[in-house]
Amino acid sequence: MLAHGSGGKLAHELVESSFLKALANPLLAKLDDSAVFNFSGRLAFTTDSYVVSPIFFPGGDIGKLAVCGTVNDLAMSGAKPLYLSLSFIIEEGLPQGELSQVVDSIQKAAQEAGVEIVTGDTKVVHRGSADKLFINTAGVGIIPEGVDISGNNARSGDKVILSGAIGDHGIAVLSRREGLSFSTQLESDCAPLGGLVADMLAASSNIHSLRDPTRGGLATTLNELAKQSRVSIRIEEEKVLVRDEVLAACEMLGFDPLYVANEGKLVAIVPPEDTDKVLKVMRENHYGKEAAIIGEVRAEHPGRVVMKTCLGSSRIIDMLVGDILPRIC
Amino acid sequence: MCLAIPALIKLIEDKEAEAEIGGITRRISLWLTPEAKVGDYVLVHTGYAINILDEEEAKETLRLLLEIAELAEEQS
Amino acid sequence: MRFIQEFRSSELAKGLISRIHQKSKTQARFMEFCGGHTVTIFRYGIRQVLPKTLEMLSGPGCPVCVTANVDLDKAIALAQIPDVIITTFGDMLKVPGSHSSLQEVNASGADIRMVYSTMDALNLAEENPTKSVVFIGIGFETTAPIIAASILQAEERRIRNYYILSMHKLCPPVIRAILESGEVKLHGLICPGHVSAIIGSHPWEFIARDYGISCVISGFEPIDVLQCVDMLVAQIESGQSKVEIAYRRGVHPEGNQQALKLMKQVFEPCPAQWRGIGEVPDSSLKLKKEYQHFDAELAFDIDPGPTYEPVGCICGDILRGVKTPLDCSLFGKDCTPQYPIGPCMVSSEGSCSAYYLYGEGFEG
Repeated sequence: MLAHGSGGKLAHELVESSFLKALANPLLAKLDDSAVFNFSGRLAFTTDSYVVSPIFFPGGDIGKLAVCGTVNDLAMSGAKPLYLSLSFIIEEGLPQGELSQVVDSIQKAAQEAGVEIVTGDTKVVHRGSADKLFINTAGVGIIPEGVDISGNNARSGDKVILSGAIGDHGIAVLSRREGLSFSTQLESDCAPLGGLVADMLAASSNIHSLRDPTRGGLATTLNELAKQSRVSIRIEEEKVLVRDEVLAACEMLGFDPLYVANEGKLVAIVPPEDTDKVLKVMRENHYGKEAAIIGEVRAEHPGRVVMKTCLGSSRIIDMLVGDILPRIC
Repeated sequence: MCLAIPALIKLIEDKEAEAEIGGITRRISLWLTPEAKVGDYVLVHTGYAINILDEEEAKETLRLLLEIAELAEEQS
Repeated sequence: MRFIQEFRSSELAKGLISRIHQKSKTQARFMEFCGGHTVTIFRYGIRQVLPKTLEMLSGPGCPVCVTANVDLDKAIALAQIPDVIITTFGDMLKVPGSHSSLQEVNASGADIRMVYSTMDALNLAEENPTKSVVFIGIGFETTAPIIAASILQAEERRIRNYYILSMHKLCPPVIRAILESGEVKLHGLICPGHVSAIIGSHPWEFIARDYGISCVISGFEPIDVLQCVDMLVAQIESGQSKVEIAYRRGVHPEGNQQALKLMKQVFEPCPAQWRGIGEVPDSSLKLKKEYQHFDAELAFDIDPGPTYEPVGCICGDILRGVKTPLDCSLFGKDCTPQYPIGPCMVSSEGSCSAYYLYGEGFEG
């Protein structure tokens, strides 16, 4: 068990035993106040905080999520992710074993994503001041020459590609929430997408926008893109893949899968002439096997997202407001 | 608005059951449908089976609707 | 048979839509009573595919929307009593009462747990013997027998720290109240499928008989609703008004006798305040004398303070079907899902929220 305020020697031991061994790399091992490295080219720089509850869920944990989430934010600007920082805020009483498990997932995820954890920090706070474990991250990556990816770049006529089924992460986490518990084989889709993006960029240097539909789901991401690029987006309900388990949980709790979080999916806005090439390489990548065109970009009604339903009618898809809450009675 | 979904009863233990809903499993209560059997589909509202679904009626409804669809297809 | 996907088929939808267009000659106004139907109708854009002869109105079938502030205030006051754990369906959390909402008092320290089922609330009570666990009992006839069962389960399991705050509402009495007021002229009623799974089809017969309104009990998939509209149109065009069941797989004419028995064992009818509609006799349920030790209102000293209603909000008129959200000066400006003023905007099945989120009035 970790106790609050165990500074000095104890903190040193914690860092030594938990982190250094698992995450070993030359920059981290120096233990200087900052990581120092050389860089050339255009830099992408991002930060995020992870407060998921519960910290372990089917298909991942808060550590894997922190690495993948940060890597994906970098990848969505077209960058090759390189270095991450991690700050742990630990509620006293967290079993050492759970922390080790999280650090282990961090190591595995970082290895798969090809990134190094080069600097970090640890604080143990009083019980109740945090919920088991929070992780704050920052990440940097290099954007290759000629790549210009932004949420502003969607143009009328572009196609909208979705890399796979939606809602897996949100439902997997929810299945472990107190008071809602149900069991499922479904796992979070939490995954680092740097490799998938690199394959896509190799196939086309003309990808206009990339975004990972995390909190707020696909609906919120499409709205952000439509608003930022001042275009409308039309999608077809029947083209959007939703797994049976996700659909069932959504039916049970009164959710719309379009608003449920993903942690290993991306939306790409691609000019029509490059669509086939991009789709082909995506489907060859493990994380894009189920990629499909779900709709297109239009000029009229800027900022609006519209979905064609299975009845052939259309409805507006708005952003998520606040949290999604079950509506059942 | 009384959200209720179809679930398949897999296992019964006293007045509770394991029910499967499209790949997810949840414990449900059979207090309102004591006659439910393993293999029945029930309508589940807030964790309780509120009725046993009638599979024959469902098939009959679908058959009727298919006829309507085919008729409409012929006419158009 | 999965009982879901089969009833979302675009092929079956096409057939029904074309038949409705062929048959419907008479101008008619239908109300869907239930918020669940409102969601299906908007989510699948059903209004767009119906002929111009049919006008659809949303009714008061959203338990959250019709809960009066005076009742909400009681739940919020209860949450602030020390050692009380409030358990509730997620639906209630964001709804603003006169001064605050459950979500807001939760943020300032009240212990409020969202549950999927009373089963979860009972377990919580068992795990926390030194606390009092209060379940906020909202919902219609579908939910009331479940709350009744939870009380009988609490007795059986000797759980003595479980209470309910009964704010149940009964559907047929409020429909009678709306029709009696004569404010809204209806030709057809889409009757709630899951309420009818419990009460059966007979309690709706007075609507057809006394008011000449065609009634069809519908399920909640898009095909169900289209089939229901098709049956209503058939009744209208042949000059009939009777109660029919379109949702035959889920509803028996006699309802669920076991559920009705438990409900009658635990509860008895009492008058209730409905938002926008006022007091309706015999439209709610209170615990019978022998179960009163489960009644949170009697067990705790609740002081909700004075009640306020939001100024300018016309949720009451909307719930009665007299006005639509587009008639409200606050709609989409001062009142949005992000900053809701009235309950019909808070609840995702409320008319205002459905109009706002699914873009009613927009041409695809």
